[in-house]
Amino acid sequence: MEPILFIIFGAIAVGGAIMVVTRKHPMSSALYLILTLFAVAALFVLRQAHFLAAIQVIVYAGAVMVLFIFVIMLINVPENKLPMERLTGLRLLGVVAAGFLILESAILARRFAMPAGSTADAGSVQAVGRALFTDYLLAFEITSVLLLAAVIGAIALAKRKI
Amino acid sequence: MIPLFDLGVAVARVAVFFAFVFGLVVVMTWVERKGAAYMQDRRGPNRARILGITLFGMFHPLADALKFLFKEDFIPDNAHRLFYQLAPMFALAPAILTMAVVPFGPPVTIAGKTISLQIADLNVGILYLFAVSGLAVYGVVLAGWSSNSKYPLLGGLRSSAQMISYEVSLGLSIMGILMVFQAIRLSEIVLGQGELLFGILPKWGVFVQPLGFVLFLTALYAEANRTPFDLPEGESELVAGYHTEYASFKFSMFMMAEYIHMVVGAAVIATLFFGGWQFPYLADKGFAFPGGLSVTVPAAGVLVLRIGSFIGKTLFFCWLYVWVRWTIPRFRYDQVMRLGWKVMLPLSLLNIFVTGLVLLLIDKGGF
Repeated sequence: MEPILFIIFGAIAVGGAIMVVTRKHPMSSALYLILTLFAVAALFVLRQAHFLAAIQVIVYAGAVMVLFIFVIMLINVPENKLPMERLTGLRLLGVVAAGFLILESAILARRFAMPAGSTADAGSVQAVGRALFTDYLLAFEITSVLLLAAVIGAIALAKRKI
Repeated sequence: MIPLFDLGVAVARVAVFFAFVFGLVVVMTWVERKGAAYMQDRRGPNRARILGITLFGMFHPLADALKFLFKEDFIPDNAHRLFYQLAPMFALAPAILTMAVVPFGPPVTIAGKTISLQIADLNVGILYLFAVSGLAVYGVVLAGWSSNSKYPLLGGLRSSAQMISYEVSLGLSIMGILMVFQAIRLSEIVLGQGELLFGILPKWGVFVQPLGFVLFLTALYAEANRTPFDLPEGESELVAGYHTEYASFKFSMFMMAEYIHMVVGAAVIATLFFGGWQFPYLADKGFAFPGGLSVTVPAAGVLVLRIGSFIGKTLFFCWLYVWVRWTIPRFRYDQVMRLGWKVMLPLSLLNIFVTGLVLLLIDKGGF
């Protein structure tokens, strides 16, 4: 059952990602990106990382992408004025590089076994919470300070007078 | 792979919950009209009749359904056709999905097998609820934008800003509950509420988290776009807001989404703050009142009382939506934003802080 589901959701994720970069209308791209994020969340669930999957949907699909769509809505470029993007040499190079990346990860995946330890509840809310506040406390706190700085920076940039 | 019995149970569970929520949606459209009429000293729906029987206007939802099915399904010329068609689906699907984690009753044992009266008892529990309900905003935003018309666009913008703002308070306001009951699964939160507080009061969420309850209720109303937060469809300014350009069955999908949100929201309030399926002083064997008095109730009676208690609480909070709608006038938009960011957010953070402090003191034996 699990390999079948993995193939299904993996295909959706990759297909969605390809659609994101090839669609002409930004709204289509954004919606396909949401689809990809969902499929990745489903892959997390298959690896028993339930908490990560929920957070992925809440943060990326529920908040970040809403802001993207908000911006697309506000700019609202008419359909006939959307730029036609060409396949330039640099972009072709990107495709080649992506091919190498896939090849390399395939080789790496063959050489190293899947990390053990993804037992049934390793990805549960309790386990992740305990790990965050014990083993990874310093990294967790530094990240939160970084996010705070980003929030303050955004306000400072957006507001002329504080 | 999956035994046939379990599969049958799962299908039956989904079917029953589906029927319950959709049935309640139909009834709620009637309750809303009747409640409005009652509060405004009018008669309300009383015309629709079958064979001369009006049954207090109960046939109106039926007339509504027929009307929605047979009206012309119109697509405006300048609409973005694909997104315009997708938007009602984006609105309805998350609304239906949210009910999957709400426990309707205690686990039942039939023929040696334990069946939980909950579609999915997920490890992430309440987070699933937020994840899915957070997606409801896409339906509104897409509808507003794809209609390619100014009133829907304004309605869509308003609602997305409002829903993002109140989602923050909605999430933070239940942290207190999670801290008190030390659980994130809804089934465990309900079990925790079966205990007694100081030996007399049921340990319901509303008694241990009164501020959390008020904040959650307010944020929930804002999330469901219900009065006093129904600015996205403020008819006096925006005609009908984001669904101005929708007609026929697509419009009814938006309506259904709103009412399902109400029903599931009511069920979640009952689950988190009013003990879910817990009946006050009712244990597995029967009533056990403080003071030593106890009454034995057969197991089937206990089950009926518990499921009935959950349904009763849900119905009450469904009615509360109607009650509030026809009592409180709509906010102005800047008031909504100020309330969300400058009142609700600090209060919900304060609630978490105080809850943590009290729990720490209890833990250290200070109380």
